[in-house]
Amino acid sequence: MVNGKRTLIIIPALNESGSIADVVGEVRGELPGVDVLVVDDGSTDRTAAVAAAAGALVAKLPYNLGVGGAMRLGYRYARDNGYEVAIQIDADGQHDPRYVPKLVDLLDDNDLVIGARFAGEGDYNVRGPRRWAMVMLSAVLSRVARTKLTDTTSGFRAANRRVIEMFAAWYPAEYLGDTVETLVHTARRGYRIRQVPVAMRKRMAGTPSHSPAKAMVYLGRAFAVLTLALIRR
Amino acid sequence: MKLTLVTGLTGLLLLGTIVELLRRRQLREKYGMLWLAVLIIVIPLSLFPRLLDNVAELLGVASGVSLVLFLGIVFLLLVCVHLSWEVSALEEETRTLAEDFALLRAQIDADRAARDELVSTDG
Repeated sequence: MVNGKRTLIIIPALNESGSIADVVGEVRGELPGVDVLVVDDGSTDRTAAVAAAAGALVAKLPYNLGVGGAMRLGYRYARDNGYEVAIQIDADGQHDPRYVPKLVDLLDDNDLVIGARFAGEGDYNVRGPRRWAMVMLSAVLSRVARTKLTDTTSGFRAANRRVIEMFAAWYPAEYLGDTVETLVHTARRGYRIRQVPVAMRKRMAGTPSHSPAKAMVYLGRAFAVLTLALIRR
Repeated sequence: MKLTLVTGLTGLLLLGTIVELLRRRQLREKYGMLWLAVLIIVIPLSLFPRLLDNVAELLGVASGVSLVLFLGIVFLLLVCVHLSWEVSALEEETRTLAEDFALLRAQIDADRAARDELVSTDG
């Protein structure tokens, strides 16, 4: 329970056996009474076993579906088991669960709340094409959603029952679809989206990529995904 | 004459292959029928390549053979797009199955854990 609402924390994880136990442990420590569902997206390591030992519910996919596939599974679980709030958290430990009550508070007046970097709290900066992609996505998606969105690819989100039901039936599995396209889809259907500034931490395991070529490819793909999302119904 | 022999034999060989695949149930009928229909058009053309010269002239194409080549490429492109479409549908279906499977497995694990707990508290 968070603010008296039945809450499920969904953590999509792919080969995160190094950090998943700490993340699950921290969430359960900070938020007593919430259920934690780790969706193991076809990991080849012991992610599922480690998560279960740490006290999480575990749904293990037979093969890798991508973040979007793992998330739809999470929302289906939330829908079928009657949760009022579903919160998505990354498995690498960069999201601080102490912000969860803040996100849930805002669900009183909104349908989807996003925990956003670059919104005044914490230190995090990117440069080059990756930065341009983020600026482009923020500008366009802020217009579509009629609210200020600065970190559209954030994987830290809270959804209420209406959005849980929508995501359980529809959630794209493609690259960037899980963030960009879901925002366009949600906003177009009249749901209210809000962002909350959150501080992001260094990842507990793994490293982000910094290659400029990869950043350019990212920019191109972000542009393609956004354009497709906008011309889709 | 030699050319007609080569193209004609190729057409017949393809026809034989499709019929054999259908006979062994290796091809779904919806695809087999498509290829049979194609071959029924292609085999006469392979035997008489000048068959389409009149139609070609009508469309402003210099020779019937060029027209066949053009139509063939367009047709193959359409088939490729169709197959991509089918694969997309299949991926969506397997995705749903994978999710169902994971949900069921999670349910079984939860049931088993609940039962074990019951047994240990009873015992």
